Amino acid sequence: MRELEYPFDSELIIQNRRKLRKALINDGSSRIKKNIAVLGGSTTHDIVAALELFLLDQGIEPSFYESEYAQYYQDAMFGNPELDGFRPDIIFIHTSLRNVNVGFPHMNDSKEQVDALVSAQLKYFEGMWDKLREKFNCPIIQNNFEMPFYRLLGNKDAQDYRGRVNFAARLNTGFYAYAESHNDFYINDINYISAAYGLEKWSDPFYWYMYKYCLCLPAVPEFAFNLSNIIKSIFGKNKKALVLDLDNTLWSGVVGDDGVDGIDVGQETSVGQGFYEFQTYLKDHKQLGILLNVASKNDHENAIAGLNHPSGALKPDDFTIIKANWDAKSENIKKIAAELALLPESLVFVDDNPAEREIVRAYVPGVAVPEVNKVEEYIRNIDRGGYFEVTTFSADDASRVEMYRQNIMRAQAQESFTDYNEYLLSLQMHADIKDFEPVYLARITQLTNKSNQFNLTTKRFTESEMEATAADPQYVRLYGRLVDKFGDNGIVSVVIGRQEGELLHMELWLMSCRVLKRDMEQAMLDELVKQASARGVSEIRGYYYPTAKNKMVEKLYETFGFTLVSEDDAGNTVWSLKTAGYENQNKVISVN
Amino acid sequence: MADMKEIFDRLNEVFQDVFDDESITVGPKTIAKDIDDWDSLEHIRLIAAVEREFGMRFKMGEVSTMKNVGEMASIVAARATK
Repeated sequence: MRELEYPFDSELIIQNRRKLRKALINDGSSRIKKNIAVLGGSTTHDIVAALELFLLDQGIEPSFYESEYAQYYQDAMFGNPELDGFRPDIIFIHTSLRNVNVGFPHMNDSKEQVDALVSAQLKYFEGMWDKLREKFNCPIIQNNFEMPFYRLLGNKDAQDYRGRVNFAARLNTGFYAYAESHNDFYINDINYISAAYGLEKWSDPFYWYMYKYCLCLPAVPEFAFNLSNIIKSIFGKNKKALVLDLDNTLWSGVVGDDGVDGIDVGQETSVGQGFYEFQTYLKDHKQLGILLNVASKNDHENAIAGLNHPSGALKPDDFTIIKANWDAKSENIKKIAAELALLPESLVFVDDNPAEREIVRAYVPGVAVPEVNKVEEYIRNIDRGGYFEVTTFSADDASRVEMYRQNIMRAQAQESFTDYNEYLLSLQMHADIKDFEPVYLARITQLTNKSNQFNLTTKRFTESEMEATAADPQYVRLYGRLVDKFGDNGIVSVVIGRQEGELLHMELWLMSCRVLKRDMEQAMLDELVKQASARGVSEIRGYYYPTAKNKMVEKLYETFGFTLVSEDDAGNTVWSLKTAGYENQNKVISVN
Repeated sequence: MADMKEIFDRLNEVFQDVFDDESITVGPKTIAKDIDDWDSLEHIRLIAAVEREFGMRFKMGEVSTMKNVGEMASIVAARATK
């Protein structure tokens, strides 16, 4: 919804909250339901209200538990039947510098006394986090501390161990250390957001004295949006690729008219510097595994010439797919999505031309289209949009761009074969298909939470839940990793079955679309049947739950040779396969 | 600055937005009890929306002591910048 996309009018969101909420709820889109417990150290009412809007907009339908005023610690430490019964999927702890309760340093304090204060305050929070983790086993999001709105020592407040600025920074460092060493624990960086908003306005004490809000009301939507980005990322709703226009988006000028020498990017002019910094910002996204692509109205040669501009930061090799032609951009974007095996909603389209943006919004629903009008706004508007919010970062993310490049080479190789099976054999594929290993859990969880298309049950797991599953003997778990002559595809498939006597119920079966049609699913099935039989399983039960996105696997169990057991009105199907007499189906991948 | 009629017209639009109810009509004597959802929490949002509409700020004492929309309108009339 446009009203909720960055940069938004915060005050308008506050004023029109009810209307916006009604429009979102009635827009007919399907959303995942999540329980979110908000444990507040100050007023949270409007924070919850704004958070609800942003989550609805990002495909999540939240139910909230809201602690009584400032009862965050009591709820966490001493329990509360309502919270206990709520079964939160996420716990958010809303505290601020107003919640420091060991006292602030005094000018007469020694260094040791202040060290003791810092560690007492950290223990207070850590004890609470440990308790919540143990009890609820779900992701926790914790505010760090904003900087104080006055400085008793002036500038020295930052450096002196007795200064509050110094004290707040030390507490934050302690929070980060906990976040570094604990899974499923995330910092909501209000220190950054308050600075970006303007600390003086953010901390306007009017709202504290009047309503016990630790931030000003007009900043609440920015706060809630920032928080919603963490939540949507945890639940696998991040974007995965950028699709970029060229002329006046990556450089100043029109390469087809002005020639390579006539476009501006680089260090010579101020405008050129703006585009150069934008190019480096985009290029840095490759480190996160974000794919860069081009959709431009240009002749292909001109596009490549522009990208080879000697002063540019981006080169043609940095891009996964370049569509430079005279077709509608909406069509090119759809083709890019298809070639990458991604859904349009995984894409962010960047174009300086408002007319092109409108067309793409209208014809490719789901694509994120940030407002970019002047080069000096490009980075901010994309960055603050939170499209690529990092909550977990796996080795696969780091190498994803390279993997997609290999995929394109595979596609080219395929063209030289008339027999598909010969092509598959030529890939010299080898798969590791084994029980979960601790080193892969982060990637397994991440893949589980973002796979939508080749996913039979679309069951999601937090890292904590995946750890619990990995340790539970009633489960048969397999991850699949596929390597071929072009490179390592990484972990591409996850299968989890729960054994009940001689029955194995398949709770999860998913695969990354980047290895479609490689017979990897058959290799997974072979290994599953082998391991299940060894455990005394005589029958495997497969489940397919239809969603808006997983139609491609509607008949998967049928193609595997399962027989249909039942089907309900919603299209949910149950399938059965006897393990006795099973013959391996994969003939092209060597396994383990 | 605007006359009282214009202030009430604009206040009326703000009230309709905040409470998402186009049937609302406010007058000088309107009080919180007259509007279904006007509780202390919605009051915070209403105050912010009125401040935005008229480019002014209420003082701390005023937020909780205004007796009716008439008093709100008088404060707005004295302080509005747009």
